[in-house]
Amino acid sequence: MSRWVIRGIRTGIKTTGYPRDPEHAPGVTPGLPVGDVLGAEAAALAERCPTGALDQKDGYIAVDYRRCVHCYRCVRGVPRPLAWQAGYEWAGLSGEPRAQDRLGGPFRRSIHILVVDAGDCGACLNEVKQLNNAYYNMHRLGFFITPTPRHADVLLVVGPVTDHMHAALKKIHDAMPTPKRVVAVGACALSGGVFAESFVCGRGVSEVLPVDVEVPGNPPPPLAILHGLLVAAGRKPAVPLTSAEGGM
Amino acid sequence: MNGVELKDRIEDGWPGRARCRFDAARRVNEVTCERAALADVCRRIFHEWDFSFAGLIVEEGPDAWRLRYVFYGERDAGWVHVLVAAPLAENAFPSVVVEAGIYAADWHEREAEDLFGVRFEGHPRLGDFVLHDDAWQESVEPMRRGFDAVAAMRNRRPDADWRPQRILQEPGAFVMPIGPKFSGVTESVHFLLETVGEDVIRSSTRLFYKWRAVEKLAEGKTPDEVLLLAERFAATTAFAHGLAYCQAVESIAGADVPARACVLRVFLAELERLRQHAGAIQEICESTALVVATSQAGILEEELLRVSGNLAGHRYLFGLLTPGGLACDLPTGACREALGAARAVLARMRSLDDELRISSSFLDRIEEVGVIFPQVARAYSLVGPVARASAFVRDLRRVQPYSGYESYEFDVPSEEEGDGYARLRVLFAEARQSMRIMEQAVDALREGEIRAPVNLRGGAALGAVEAPRGAAFHWVRLDDGGRVSRYHIITPSFVNWHSFHLAAEKFAFQDFPIILSTFDLSVAENDR
Ligand code: SF4
Repeated sequence: MSRWVIRGIRTGIKTTGYPRDPEHAPGVTPGLPVGDVLGAEAAALAERCPTGALDQKDGYIAVDYRRCVHCYRCVRGVPRPLAWQAGYEWAGLSGEPRAQDRLGGPFRRSIHILVVDAGDCGACLNEVKQLNNAYYNMHRLGFFITPTPRHADVLLVVGPVTDHMHAALKKIHDAMPTPKRVVAVGACALSGGVFAESFVCGRGVSEVLPVDVEVPGNPPPPLAILHGLLVAAGRKPAVPLTSAEGGM
Repeated sequence: MNGVELKDRIEDGWPGRARCRFDAARRVNEVTCERAALADVCRRIFHEWDFSFAGLIVEEGPDAWRLRYVFYGERDAGWVHVLVAAPLAENAFPSVVVEAGIYAADWHEREAEDLFGVRFEGHPRLGDFVLHDDAWQESVEPMRRGFDAVAAMRNRRPDADWRPQRILQEPGAFVMPIGPKFSGVTESVHFLLETVGEDVIRSSTRLFYKWRAVEKLAEGKTPDEVLLLAERFAATTAFAHGLAYCQAVESIAGADVPARACVLRVFLAELERLRQHAGAIQEICESTALVVATSQAGILEEELLRVSGNLAGHRYLFGLLTPGGLACDLPTGACREALGAARAVLARMRSLDDELRISSSFLDRIEEVGVIFPQVARAYSLVGPVARASAFVRDLRRVQPYSGYESYEFDVPSEEEGDGYARLRVLFAEARQSMRIMEQAVDALREGEIRAPVNLRGGAALGAVEAPRGAAFHWVRLDDGGRVSRYHIITPSFVNWHSFHLAAEKFAFQDFPIILSTFDLSVAENDR
């Protein structure tokens, strides 16, 4: 057994400096497109977006980050690509009534998170899983995954919510004690992604539960999910979910 | 036996009742036969001529059902597609599970019955499968032409108190339901463990909680739109599925993918395999509660995700593929850099492998658990590392190569024991072979085009790729306007899950997570 201990110590510290310092390591994020003035080419470029994430008005392109599925069709194979940002602090507040100051409070120090897969493709869940690895080690921030709704403060939902998961999701949410928060993670959970809308699934979690924090990305990288949890805990400010609101 | 000899044998075997057409370019023997001869033809192909059963593709034509049973064999033997047709009003077919003893076809027939309302006579277990009985009326057939994918049937609510039938009838027997939500970060799926106390006697899995009806959604869309679905329905292996889909479209269009794109595709596919295997190894370590090893494997997975993200923009390689080649070129220098980074990860993976091999407490937990016998692997046409750990070795990169795999040197690792440890060893060994292929790919990169023009036209074709979890088959039919009219995906998780109950019977309760993790099953990939 001691062999493993030594091996563990030799590995050294890998953990990111985020949220204290920004993380610049290559490959930690797929990035997102940036709203831009494109003039005459704007309309054609907005057309290329398969999910309606790009909105074009008077030559200006606005991005709805909640819908972007990282298809890169607005940057690859076009003469004038949209600008791209490599950040990861993407989490925003959902809707008006639950303002920033109402989050936080009892959630500041430590939160227990229940993760529910409501039909994801496996990638969002895999990125959530990375938060437990040495690079992100979310325990240091007081974030813990719990398997039971009774202990959970935050419900983290991935996937567009298939009809077969609808009842189970509601039941789990009901079983959680109050106060509680819902964090929807990934394009599918926010807008249905490429799967909405159909006879077996809808346009995301907000059709089923009151959502507090939304984390864009398909999938969002671990750091973006971490940002979402920090926003839910009132420890980081939220950012706008569309470029029209001045986001990014 | 090669494809031409096979054609003769089939035509001699059923004179006048089975016609055979050999397509030398695709190495496919298309056998059109009568319904009455179907079971016999399939039986001989599977049992006597030793083909694997890839899957069943059901298509609803304007006035007839068309069923296509796909088989693949060793390198020379190629593919066999057995076709039967029947008027729409006559929707009953012989079950090849019952009549030909092809157990591998079991779930394929159940799915077709559920979604199309096609009946397979004598099949013992039809009903509650994709469509959960508690949520859907019997009469719903969502894959039928007339069924509206968007409007109809929204907002049915499954009964959360649904309870399965119990099969075990002993005093004190009860069913332990696990799911659909269970444990920490897990996909939604429902396990039913039947027990009389300490040990679990048998287990079954209720799947399709995550069914997004991807195949139905694809209908009427352009190939570019469907590519988004192909990459995203099971995105831990997005590239492999995207590749199989693109190959099908390219085959229909007769597009010749340029050499550079082929080499880059191989490089990326192997990078994905390496990363997915690291993830699977991490899950196995975690299931045995070996903390340091779990953490070390987690580091390897994250580093490979970063290598992918840095090279391709996206950590799961989205947005690179396009029918005809690649959507953007990757500079050779960047590939070389990624190779170097992956090589460093692999070196540490090897040392993790060495440590695990001498950790007796770890070996005690995964040796002799979850055994799949070689004859089961064959009878169920299992695929991927699960099959190869049970000495059933049919890697598509080797037996039906694509994208130039025939020109790479690599081994196809296999083991005999079929237990959890054998599967782990195959994962480690395959990771090393992936690196070998990536090295050769980078050396083979020459400047050149990365995308060939694709002239869409009507037709149908099968794309087949050895995905990290095993063989993946994507059947695509385009209508004359170049839109997708039928899309069917046969995934390794669907195929391997079918045998999972055989590995998970008569075991100690605490072994369940270990057995499950060594199968590396993806619910998203199964459910589609
Ligand atoms: S990358 Fe995002 S914004 Fe750009 S076209 Fe694709 S989905 Fe739309």
